[in-house]
Amino acid sequence: MKDRIRAVLADQGRLPLPVESIDDADDLYAAGMTSHASINVMLGLENAFDVEFPDRMLNRSVFSSVDSIAAALNELCSESIA
Amino acid sequence: MGVRVGVDLVTVADVAESVAEHGDRYLSRVYTEAELADCRTGDRVDATRLAARFAAKEATIKVLREFVPWSSIEVRRSPAGWVEIGLHGRAADSARAGGLSEFALSLTHEGGLASAVVVASYAPASRDGA
Repeated sequence: MKDRIRAVLADQGRLPLPVESIDDADDLYAAGMTSHASINVMLGLENAFDVEFPDRMLNRSVFSSVDSIAAALNELCSESIA
Repeated sequence: MGVRVGVDLVTVADVAESVAEHGDRYLSRVYTEAELADCRTGDRVDATRLAARFAAKEATIKVLREFVPWSSIEVRRSPAGWVEIGLHGRAADSARAGGLSEFALSLTHEGGLASAVVVASYAPASRDGA
């Protein structure tokens, strides 16, 4: 999952440094991702994982790290299975 | 009683690229119907106006000091052209809980950038109820 998240970040995150240099827990905003770019990341993740982020997840904190994105996706995927 | 202030700056080209790549999915997740109506000219949506509105939402989030859905913050435009902030849902709840009211907004754009400043009155809840 995290490799696919990184692929979306590389495509949509407009990060100023290679996504390979970012650790899972690193703050993506501190790494240079803008709030606006996080929307593109969200839409890219929805395409890649065939999910839709609900309103309660549409905020900056959900997209602040690879780990936080993975946690949100795991929650969404488990909801869709239940 | 005090004040809180938030400011944000957005690159118009970034917004234009998001509209071009993600279209209505991008627009409907971030902006309200009223905002989109204010930003439409004929069949096209004005990226500069959208960028200013996104900056206003981010500036408001800085005033709230809480991350809320972008669509719960709305830029409202008067017939005379002045703008103000309207809060819905979680943003309204956050303002109420944080003792924030009387939001004021100013927008500007120049040279491919759009910016917003938001100010609100701040009245923290008294611990002793006085």
